[in-house]
Amino acid sequence: MGVTYFFLYVPIIALVGMSFNASESPFTWNGFSTKWYGVLANDSTVMKGLTNTLIVAFTSTFLATILGTALAVGLHQYTKSAFLNAFALAPAIMPDIVLGIGLLALFALLSMTLGLYSVVIAHVVFSMAFVSAVVKARLSNSDPALREASMDLGATRSTTFFKITLPSLTPAIVAGALLAFTLSLDEFVIAFFTNGPATPTLPIIIYSMVRFGVTPEINALASLLMLVSFTAVIGAQRMTKLAEAR
Amino acid sequence: MKAGRSVNKRRDLLERLTLQGPGLVYLLLFMAVPICLILIYSIFQRGQFGGVVFHATTDNFTRALDPVYRGVLFDSLKIASITTVLALALGYPTAYGIARLPKRFRTTALLLIVMPFWTNFLIRTYSWIMLLNSEGLLNKALLKLNIIHTPLDLLYTQSAVILGLLYGYLPLMILPLYASIEKLDPEIREAASNLGANRFRTFLDVTLPLTISGVLAGSIFVFIPSLGNFIVPELLGGGKTVMVGNLVRDQFLKARDWPFGSVLALVVILFVFVLFAIQSKVEKRISGGAHAN
Repeated sequence: MGVTYFFLYVPIIALVGMSFNASESPFTWNGFSTKWYGVLANDSTVMKGLTNTLIVAFTSTFLATILGTALAVGLHQYTKSAFLNAFALAPAIMPDIVLGIGLLALFALLSMTLGLYSVVIAHVVFSMAFVSAVVKARLSNSDPALREASMDLGATRSTTFFKITLPSLTPAIVAGALLAFTLSLDEFVIAFFTNGPATPTLPIIIYSMVRFGVTPEINALASLLMLVSFTAVIGAQRMTKLAEAR
Repeated sequence: MKAGRSVNKRRDLLERLTLQGPGLVYLLLFMAVPICLILIYSIFQRGQFGGVVFHATTDNFTRALDPVYRGVLFDSLKIASITTVLALALGYPTAYGIARLPKRFRTTALLLIVMPFWTNFLIRTYSWIMLLNSEGLLNKALLKLNIIHTPLDLLYTQSAVILGLLYGYLPLMILPLYASIEKLDPEIREAASNLGANRFRTFLDVTLPLTISGVLAGSIFVFIPSLGNFIVPELLGGGKTVMVGNLVRDQFLKARDWPFGSVLALVVILFVFVLFAIQSKVEKRISGGAHAN
């Protein structure tokens, strides 16, 4: 078991460690320096990529959370069909390359010019499935009597939905949204196929950096991204704990 | 006043449509249709300037069976399988170990497993370039320790690709395995050993079958992404190790032969369905068996 943790973390430690390398090459150590973080901050390509990625992540998470939550509640309340439930989860299991080329084919067929919005559309597809899954899991542990009681007392379905169901789901919705957000931030393959050339997302830029220029700037970027992801994961973890405590 | 039953039914239907409708339509449009497009394109031909000419043919399929492409497909399956087996070998003991930790440590242990997964896949793969390079950390360490005398050629080999895939997807194996192992009743193992089974037999006959759904889920979560991956073969395999994913990507973005690319992608899709069919068959047998007892 220790082997696994060692295996998982050695590359990460090496990655972060090398980000403080004063030399140009990530292979030879030349002393401690934080200059690469400075280079990173001034790199406009990276900054643009980051902006694009954030735009995509926020927009797709917003849409995915709405669609995914509604779908999860709808399925939970009204559908036993294994097929529909599997359909709702399918994007999460579908290989990203398949989704990528499929959407590219669709967009080409519709003569759409590719850009950030096509990436958003693509990201909503799989983000939605993850939000659905998280919310659904929470719903299966919930008490259907609450909703019945509410409607017996005369509340309409929509009032019940907005005042009873949704509030009780808040931690799950937030956890699902955080999950969707993190996935979108890091997503490369689907963005690669559905993005336009003028608006690369950060993972796409990282891809070019990794293939062509190898300086510790990448390590610095990697370390910062890791920090953000770790914080998001811990945040989601805290949210789920809150949900369970209720 | 309570409304009539038919009004209730109508209101139910309305709520159902409002909640499920948008999501399902969205998925239909942006997931089901794209996949159907791939299926459809596979039987057509590449147009002169890269479009699709709707001229039915099985040429693409015969071309995919060409030794060159067949070799790549076979390699991809082989690499994905080895990765999955290694993930199981490494992941099962880990999941088991975590399940046996005192409760208060388990969440942290799991979190530590998942954290690397939340870092960018490209970067994680890149870190292996750093480590495996002939000037890289691993070789430097081995040289310093005098275990080897000349740098090993680790990078740009099939093994490097397997390693990269394993690193990328190991957490996906451990999580479902853990979920499955955690549900085990320790008393069952006690009962087995009370009945005289040694630890090895207990594992084979009792523990393993009971955790088979975790094994299957984890295997699928590792096998499928590994099969369709093109990043790891490209970065860690150099030009030498080519997998199905690279071919698909090249056909779609460079050669612009979408019909042929679709046929290749179909192989991946096929495996998704086959694996899920196997999984649901096994799941049915498990629950069937439980009822039979």
